[in-house]
Amino acid sequence: MSDNKKDDDLDYETTGHEWDGIQEYNKPLPRWWLWTFYATIVWGVLYTIAYPAWPLVNSATAGILGYSTRAEVAEEIARVDEANAAINTRLASVELTEIAADPELQAYARNAGAAVYLSWCTQCHGSGAAGSSQEGWAAGYPNLLDDDWLWGGTIEDIHLTIRHGIRNENDPDARYSEMPAFGRDELLSEEEVAQVVNYVMSLSGEPQDASLVEAGAEVYDINCSACHGEDHQGDVFQGAPNLADAIWLYGGDYDDIYETVYHSRYGVMPSWQDRLSEAEIRAVASYVHGLGGGQATE
Amino acid sequence: MAILEKHAILEKNITLLAIFSFLVVTVGGLVQIVPLFYLDNTIEDVEGMRPYTPLELAGREIYLRDGCYVCHSQMIRPMRDEVERYGHYSLAAESKYDHPFQWGSKRTGPDLARVGGRYSDEWHVDHLRDPQSVVPESVMPKYAYLETTLLDGEHIGDLLWTHAFVGVPYSEEMVASAEADFKAQADPDSDFDGLLERYGDGVNVRNFDGQPGVSEADALIAYLQMLGTLVDFSTFTPDESR
Repeated sequence: MSDNKKDDDLDYETTGHEWDGIQEYNKPLPRWWLWTFYATIVWGVLYTIAYPAWPLVNSATAGILGYSTRAEVAEEIARVDEANAAINTRLASVELTEIAADPELQAYARNAGAAVYLSWCTQCHGSGAAGSSQEGWAAGYPNLLDDDWLWGGTIEDIHLTIRHGIRNENDPDARYSEMPAFGRDELLSEEEVAQVVNYVMSLSGEPQDASLVEAGAEVYDINCSACHGEDHQGDVFQGAPNLADAIWLYGGDYDDIYETVYHSRYGVMPSWQDRLSEAEIRAVASYVHGLGGGQATE
Repeated sequence: MAILEKHAILEKNITLLAIFSFLVVTVGGLVQIVPLFYLDNTIEDVEGMRPYTPLELAGREIYLRDGCYVCHSQMIRPMRDEVERYGHYSLAAESKYDHPFQWGSKRTGPDLARVGGRYSDEWHVDHLRDPQSVVPESVMPKYAYLETTLLDGEHIGDLLWTHAFVGVPYSEEMVASAEADFKAQADPDSDFDGLLERYGDGVNVRNFDGQPGVSEADALIAYLQMLGTLVDFSTFTPDESR
């Protein structure tokens, strides 16, 4: 409970306002507060002189410090570029196969490549690079950890794939191949599709219906072997997957393979040459090549 | 101190107080807003900006409807970390046909100002259907209904007209052919020459969701695949003093 008596004893001046007999003491703001307030006003005025602020007829005042956000970011990027210029130039100019031969360059490329990978590649291939081989992952994103390559696993192949991408419309040099939609375009009857699916399943495991395998082999020889090979090993020059292993980009169940043969599949990878520098592309190629499945250039 | 005593008149008259308060606020508004309409350097002139195609505009409406802006910004700020991660910082001109703009101030998800071309259409379909199926760390909700909800584009001409009314340079021809252009962009087997003639050769004409018909996913992906791709930064250098 407040004690009114105490206030009554003090002899404060009032502001002179009076409402219904109520008067107001004149208690000014603390001096330190008031002077701080005035100082912020002065600071504000100086600030608008130092930095771009006041709108005039055609443009705003530039400020006597000549500051610009755009110049600052350009400067900062230039500073970093310059610091890495020597090694980036080296990375962008040596033969791709020589990166691995130079320990300093390789260490740089793999570390820089890991950073590029995390920014630009994880959304599809996953932060661990295992792609669709992970539980619950959407189908169609290649695992980069194994040695099963659609378009080749040498450093040159990986570099080319990253640079131009796969089946995208933005880069005329994108790697391109198109498996026919054997069912949809009526190149094979549904019966023949079923036969060849069982045959393909038999190559790496158990077919769903063993009685169709023999007929499927004939369908395969006529329709599939030109790209996937008589030995079923695929062909990296055409992006034709190896069918003899148990690695499936779009699933290895009967229904998945049936869907693939019937409608075909066209995975798309963007082209990176417009977004990443040559040094960055080489760095990330080097990183991916070093993940485990990289193949030696013959 | 005679003038200060006059202030008492304002303090004792609520209507006068309201009128003078309004005048004071108006001055603040005039100083901040009016120069944006006449200063040359507010919106620089850049090549490549075009009004959105009918399908992209429909996608943009879905973007607004589903509140994508609540988690995604569309403005790459001029800072090195942002430029390294997302690409060239955004220019005011790049949102000049946005009503309203989608700059945003909240990034639960990444900035989308330059998401166009960064992923494949298939990725967008997978990702909208179930974001965690490609980005397990993501907290984005599932938008699977987009690919099953079909659009007929019946009112798309009205939408273009509305945007033309607020200043987007849609021609009468664009408004008149809006429905045809809307359907043509999602169907690579259609006759889309008119669409390219009106909006430029850079327009993506694809079956974005890989399924027959124009779905909401088609529209949204068409919009996303266009974002940030209109201005060619290999030929355009922004003025550093701006």
